[in-house]
Amino acid sequence: MTAAPITPVHPAPGYLAVSGAEVVFLLLGLVVLGAAVLCVTSRSVVRSALWLVLSLGGLAGCYLVLTAELVAVVQVLIYAGAVVVLLLFGLMFTRAPIGRSADVDTPNRPVAAVVGVAAAGLLAWLLVDAFRLSYLELPAAPTGTAEAIGAAVFRHYVLPFEVISVLLLAALIGALVLSRPDISTAEHR
Amino acid sequence: MHLLYPLTLSALLFGVGTYALLARRNAVLVLMGVELMLNAVNLDLVAFDVWLRDTLRSGQVFALFVITIAAAEVGVALAIVLAVFRLRATVAIDELTDLGEPDALAAERLTGVELAKGADVS
Amino acid sequence: MTRTAWVLPLLPFVAALVGLGLAIRGPAARRVAAIVAALGTGSAAVLAIPLAAGAVRLAGPVQAAVEIAPTGGALTVSASTLVDPLAGIVALMVCWVALAVQLYSVEYLGTDARYPTFAAEVSLFTAAMLAVVLSGDLLALLIGWEVMGLCSYLLIGHYRELPEAPPAALKAFLVTRVGDVGFLLGVLLLGRHAHTFRITEVLAAVPSLSPGVLTAATLLIALGVAGKSAQFPLHTWLPDAMAGPTPISALIHAATMVAAGIYVVLRLHPAFAAAPTTLGVLAVVAAVTMVLGGLAALGQDDIKRVLAWSTVSQLAYMLGAAAVGAVTASAFHLLTHAAFKALLFLAAGAVLHGAGTGSMSRLGGLRHRMPVTFWVTVVGALALAGVPPASGAFSKESVLDGAYAAAHGEVPGVAPWTGWLVLAAGLLTVLLTAAYLTRLLLRTFLGVAREPAAAGAAHEPGRLMSWPVLALAVAAAGLGVLTGPLPRWLGGSLRLDAGLTVVSLLLVATGAGVTYLQWRADPAADPIRRLGPRLTAALAAGLYVDRAQQALVVRPVQAVARLASTADREVVDGAVRGTGRATVRLGRLLARAQLPDVQRYATGVVVGSILVAVAVVVTR
Repeated sequence: MTAAPITPVHPAPGYLAVSGAEVVFLLLGLVVLGAAVLCVTSRSVVRSALWLVLSLGGLAGCYLVLTAELVAVVQVLIYAGAVVVLLLFGLMFTRAPIGRSADVDTPNRPVAAVVGVAAAGLLAWLLVDAFRLSYLELPAAPTGTAEAIGAAVFRHYVLPFEVISVLLLAALIGALVLSRPDISTAEHR
Repeated sequence: MHLLYPLTLSALLFGVGTYALLARRNAVLVLMGVELMLNAVNLDLVAFDVWLRDTLRSGQVFALFVITIAAAEVGVALAIVLAVFRLRATVAIDELTDLGEPDALAAERLTGVELAKGADVS
Repeated sequence: MTRTAWVLPLLPFVAALVGLGLAIRGPAARRVAAIVAALGTGSAAVLAIPLAAGAVRLAGPVQAAVEIAPTGGALTVSASTLVDPLAGIVALMVCWVALAVQLYSVEYLGTDARYPTFAAEVSLFTAAMLAVVLSGDLLALLIGWEVMGLCSYLLIGHYRELPEAPPAALKAFLVTRVGDVGFLLGVLLLGRHAHTFRITEVLAAVPSLSPGVLTAATLLIALGVAGKSAQFPLHTWLPDAMAGPTPISALIHAATMVAAGIYVVLRLHPAFAAAPTTLGVLAVVAAVTMVLGGLAALGQDDIKRVLAWSTVSQLAYMLGAAAVGAVTASAFHLLTHAAFKALLFLAAGAVLHGAGTGSMSRLGGLRHRMPVTFWVTVVGALALAGVPPASGAFSKESVLDGAYAAAHGEVPGVAPWTGWLVLAAGLLTVLLTAAYLTRLLLRTFLGVAREPAAAGAAHEPGRLMSWPVLALAVAAAGLGVLTGPLPRWLGGSLRLDAGLTVVSLLLVATGAGVTYLQWRADPAADPIRRLGPRLTAALAAGLYVDRAQQALVVRPVQAVARLASTADREVVDGAVRGTGRATVRLGRLLARAQLPDVQRYATGVVVGSILVAVAVVVTR
């Protein structure tokens, strides 16, 4: 993997000089984060799924700001489209309570909160410490066009592409097998 | 834009995902937490890719791969969750305790105060 | 002769071992046990005669010593025996009184299932007493001293069914133990500063010891003497020890064990003489005990308790004599006291055996049913009161005369005030002794039987009980003849002053007369009733010394013991139990990590990776 030199062309502007892209990204980020927090603290499981959709959609917007178009589209298609639908189907099949329910969280909750804060804090602190002065020059032309990504995939990452296809096939077959009623309802309880 | 914007968003999103992973009772909700964590990583990948102006677009390609694998993973995981639901009629992960030690489970049911008083665990 | 001295304690010791082995076989071994015990003590008694004769003839101390396990240090430990006239004569007395008691016990404990054990314990005791008498080494003496204490405990508690016997045994043991601590410390102190434990060498080293050390050591030994010889304030165990069988009271608590304390004072007299402070303390203790014993004896209802308090009082005589330097008089009184007190106790045993009770308020008029017992009791009483020609008269007079001489400053190294104190106390005690003895005789043997049933059942004892008593009566009457030869044998001197004799006889007459007149007024009632109910109760309770000890010493110690026991149980055991419990709880706590909770595992993984990341970042 080749990398462009990281030396900045000109000194980075300060944090107080907020560019337009930064404002948009900030707003989208708030949406993403807010929806994620609501997703993980909601008492209703269905609402959790719906907040997740919002979060993932917002994230697609973030990708667009970062000029990664294909990733944004795929994010919407696959994540917000297929994955969340799968999750909703899963909730439906497992008779999840529709309205608010009391026992959505385990007693591990306070520990989880602490650990979550710790994880976020650690990562944030590391990243801030390392990339305080880094500046991302948003290119005028989007970098993540379908053409560019497709060329990259089929030229340089063909093997991983094929492997992932096989992985998808395996996952498909596995899911089918696991869902078969005569295998799942095991005689040896 | 400053690189820290996407990076901090990703870090915070990762923390939120961790919380969901460790705090939720329904297995499907736990999976949602995992999805959030994966998305945080994706954002990092894309941000670094754009920052480095990678000619091979490695970060974005990897982000695509991650999305694909996440989709496969959710499919298989939900199949498992359904199988568990058929067997145990519940998907609350703290009720799936077949592999546990009976003593430890019984002790867990006692409150800390009872244990401190030396209640007998049998 | 030293060979005889070695063998002498061994004979009853072997008898004791054989007897204890026999005792396991149960009551069937009674006859054999009696024979073994009698043989052991009898052979010792026979051997003691040439021993005493030889010792007297040689006049000086004879030693034989065997070094034991060289300690490599400055102190040598040896097993040695020391035979001098005093040791020889006292050993002779011990053996013959023990023999008398053994024969007496065969009939007295004729129906007791545990007689074999009893006989073996008495043999063991005899061996221990002989060890104390004939020992040439302070440590060997200490061993004998302690074994005697053990035997006393075992024998007082012989009647296990009696509720008062085990506590009495324990009380005797504990009170004498208090004294024994002092005894041990005193012996160790002496031994350390004299660099030897051999008695002759210790006594030879006395001039070179500092007065402080001497005083401390002798005071500590005096503490042990006070415990063993039942002197104030450690006298409280002796009246309660009467819960044991009467032969024991005769042997241990009249003739021998309690005399061992006096014997030690006589043995170590050069050391005591060099410590005037100790002599003063001893004189005060003796004076107090003399009068206290006499007063308490006056108020007792049980015959044996009267005799017990009397023993306390008479031992104080011996101690007082030693305190004013009248060593020979003290030894003389020791010998005569052994004879007449043993006689009195055995006679009391005959009354107990015959009439079934020893309580004077239930007796009376036994004279006609038990004439022999009556007359031997009279002989003993005359000896005890000090009426010539009974032996006790001569020994008591010599004690009083020794005090008189010391009071006039005629004894070097003895302060005159001690002499006056002992003399005054001694004369007062003569009065009291006569009073309580008269009361005893009148209430038990004369007058009308208060309980006709008891009086009707009263009978004279058989041969085995009568002959030892008669022999002792002869001794009690006749030991006065020793007045001449004894000072020569022991290398001391005895004084007998006619004036003092008249004074004491007058006191005897007064005490006896007053008691008799009170009795004559109402033969059925207690002659001391005139003193009023409060005083009578105080006398019966030994002037409440026992109660004071109970409150001041026993109860606080029991509280401390309870505290220690609770601390041991709660703190020490609690710590152990707590450690166990804490470990179990810690284990359970750790087991929580093993719960089949996926979320718990996930939490562990995440926390672990965070910690690793932090560690890597921090140490970078």
